[in-house]
Amino acid sequence: MANQVDALYIYLLVVAGFMTALIFLTILVLAIKYRRVHGREAQQIEGSLILEITWSVIPFFVMLTFFIWGAVIYFRERTPPADATEVYVVAKQWMWKIEHAEGQSEINELHVPIGQNTKLIMTSQDVIHSFFVPAFRIKQDVLPGRYTTAWFKATKPGHYHLFCAEYCGTMHSGMGGDIVVMEPQEYAQWMAGTAVAPLRETGKQLFSALGCATCHRFDVQGRGPNLVGVYNKPVLLEDGRTVIADENYVRESILNPTAKIVNGFKPVMPTFQGLVSEEQLNALVAYVKSLAQPPPGTAGLQSQPATFPAQTEKMQVQ
Amino acid sequence: MASTVIPANRAPAPTPKLNYLNNGHTLKSWLLTTDHKRIAVLYLISVTAFFFLGGFFAMLIRLELLTPQGDLMQADTYNKVFTMHGIIMVFFFLIPVVPAVLGNFLVPLMIGAKDLAFPRINLLSWYLYIIGGILISHVMLTGGVDTGWTFYTPFSTEYTNTKIVEAGLAVFIAGFSSIFTGLNFIVTIHRMRAPGLTWDRLPLFIWSNYATSLVMVLGTPVVAITIVLVAVERLFHLGIFDPRLGGDPLLFQHLFWFYSHPAVYIMILPSMGVVSELIACFARKRVFGYKFVALSSVAIAVFGFLVWAHHMFVAGISLYAAMIFSFLSFSVGVPSAVKVFNWTATLYKGSISYATPMLYAFGFIGLFTMGGLTGLMLATIGIDVHVTDTYFVVAHFHYVMVGGVLMGYLGGMHFWWPKITGRMYPEAWAKLSALLVFVGFNLTFFPQFILGYVGMPRRYWQYPPEFQALNVLSTAGASILAAGYLLPMIYFVWSLRYGKIAGANPWHAAGLEWKTTSPPPTFNFDETPVVTWEAYNYDEIPPWERRAPVAR
Repeated sequence: MANQVDALYIYLLVVAGFMTALIFLTILVLAIKYRRVHGREAQQIEGSLILEITWSVIPFFVMLTFFIWGAVIYFRERTPPADATEVYVVAKQWMWKIEHAEGQSEINELHVPIGQNTKLIMTSQDVIHSFFVPAFRIKQDVLPGRYTTAWFKATKPGHYHLFCAEYCGTMHSGMGGDIVVMEPQEYAQWMAGTAVAPLRETGKQLFSALGCATCHRFDVQGRGPNLVGVYNKPVLLEDGRTVIADENYVRESILNPTAKIVNGFKPVMPTFQGLVSEEQLNALVAYVKSLAQPPPGTAGLQSQPATFPAQTEKMQVQ
Repeated sequence: MASTVIPANRAPAPTPKLNYLNNGHTLKSWLLTTDHKRIAVLYLISVTAFFFLGGFFAMLIRLELLTPQGDLMQADTYNKVFTMHGIIMVFFFLIPVVPAVLGNFLVPLMIGAKDLAFPRINLLSWYLYIIGGILISHVMLTGGVDTGWTFYTPFSTEYTNTKIVEAGLAVFIAGFSSIFTGLNFIVTIHRMRAPGLTWDRLPLFIWSNYATSLVMVLGTPVVAITIVLVAVERLFHLGIFDPRLGGDPLLFQHLFWFYSHPAVYIMILPSMGVVSELIACFARKRVFGYKFVALSSVAIAVFGFLVWAHHMFVAGISLYAAMIFSFLSFSVGVPSAVKVFNWTATLYKGSISYATPMLYAFGFIGLFTMGGLTGLMLATIGIDVHVTDTYFVVAHFHYVMVGGVLMGYLGGMHFWWPKITGRMYPEAWAKLSALLVFVGFNLTFFPQFILGYVGMPRRYWQYPPEFQALNVLSTAGASILAAGYLLPMIYFVWSLRYGKIAGANPWHAAGLEWKTTSPPPTFNFDETPVVTWEAYNYDEIPPWERRAPVAR
């Protein structure tokens, strides 16, 4: 990604450099050639429609190339590959807390192996922060109350600066850290060094500890929707809208359950706002995501039609 | 009668001509004046004071950044210093500077009117500005604000314990000063033009102030409402922007930039108008493509309202919203480019002289071109992700706002100083200061483009040591720049007493403001002028006046 951004940047520099040189030189030449000389007077020229059109249209098309190339790169920057390894990031005044899917957590450091597509699922516990790694040319604001994502693939081992790029208070400039890029074997050793439960397992324990499992059942129809196979699929809501059950949807459904009621269900779920920490939320989300494929021994797929009876009907009506 | 006898050895004193400056000497005659020229002078004094205050904060920033460690001041102090620098420079200097000083002085003169349409509202504008200014000074002296001039939520509403509401109120009040000025200009330009002065005969400075006024009147209320919402959330904890209370932090950014991006055009458009006047006068030519230059001001004002979200490409807006705003941002580049090309073409077959105002006009074109082109880089979303919120952005907007606005303003001040005061400034000193400003500016801000691309985020109190060399260059440049700004302060004051008497039209310039005495009488013209000529009719100026004297 860094190479692609730099290539575009060099193109922009060349075009901008050319334009600057063109304008400066023209001014210089005209300013010298038509300097005030005794006995020579200015000649009045009205203007020229052809020139006006030329110097509006040509820059416009040059800018169009900037736009298209920039949009293509931006599209890639904003679209993580499907096989990306997910890492949760919680930003807070003034530190970065990183949680790997396998359960390791670190502060102000992120260890990754070379060649791995890493997707960052980020949220903030307080104010807006911004995850900025200049070496990877990535930056994404991290907001309270929702997830934003970014991704990168590191290609060279080493330590790279991590900065907070959105002003966040007193120690904004101290809210940095390192992205530690390692050889795969080294990384495997680092990961093995700490034996912890994977994030989805922590989430699973929370899921029963918080009582989620009493309504969101996998075997029979509960008071809440069966969550198996839900992640990243369209969900029909009570008001007729269809939303994709992405990370933000799952998160919102935990914190503000009545915001988007699944069609056919009653708004009976209490809010968990203030009852679960950002880290616990991440674990719960990781768990719900792990249910995208039905775990062995659950009746997930079978109960699916029973869960959304009204959905199919309503879709037919539409 | 003996008392009327004039001693033979003394020539009779010339009748002191009454002008706006000597028509009343009491403090009251200034503080309760409704003369647009006196109000312009009041503004001149007050914006200059705020400029040096904001500049003082800039010097503190540059001194702190001389070393990578945060050693000159505490982190909290540094955050307050750059916040005050931003608030003062944006709201109390850049926004009012050209419209309220030069615009106030020149709009009625240039259209052949006695005053603005609402002279008392004009005075009220200045008082609102002063009340806002006193309030922000009070905030500064009693603890300050640490949010940056952007007041981003939820930091500003729920997390900082500094004086947000008071600072917001100061900006709110100063905002009304700007709304009233805009309103006054719009009505004046519509209703009070001299007979024969049709829209296509208006000086381009008028066109650009007209476009600016539209933005002031339409945009400023939005930021006023936004500030009220911030205060409401902060004081009563109603969930508007903080997600913990059910609000949306991005809503603030949309509202804030809906005004604050067009505000950039409030700052730059009047300076563009100044540059058009300067280039025409010192090339002795009608501005090339007059209509295109005039309408490009209006186009910039209109397009300027459609590009706000380009400040938010990494803020969490949708992929497609970002693409649309990127495209629209490029479209505002076209009318800006049109202006630069037309100014350049105006030089062709001109008769160009290089008095200080013209040097500033050249400086403006150079720095604005670089500011504009780096703006295109920022509109390119793939690049913006990397360089936004870094020193690249800081460099870019200083090229536009300081390189652009201030160069235009200083050019205009030198050009119209003889009209405002009746005295010439010292040309050699002025050229030296123009050179210092140009060199110092580039040395200060060019290294910041590189700093940004290699990754130094903005608003950093301490930074990794590898960024130091470029920061040292930048601080060195800032001290040259400071000298460049202090010089005019000194020689302008000096010229009030010792400057050469200017006469009505020292530049032999076209334009109604030069057809009255310098300084002009209180009601501008002894009789209402009737305009029978096009703007910039430099070919019709009598031959013995065509060669503009080079001031010495």
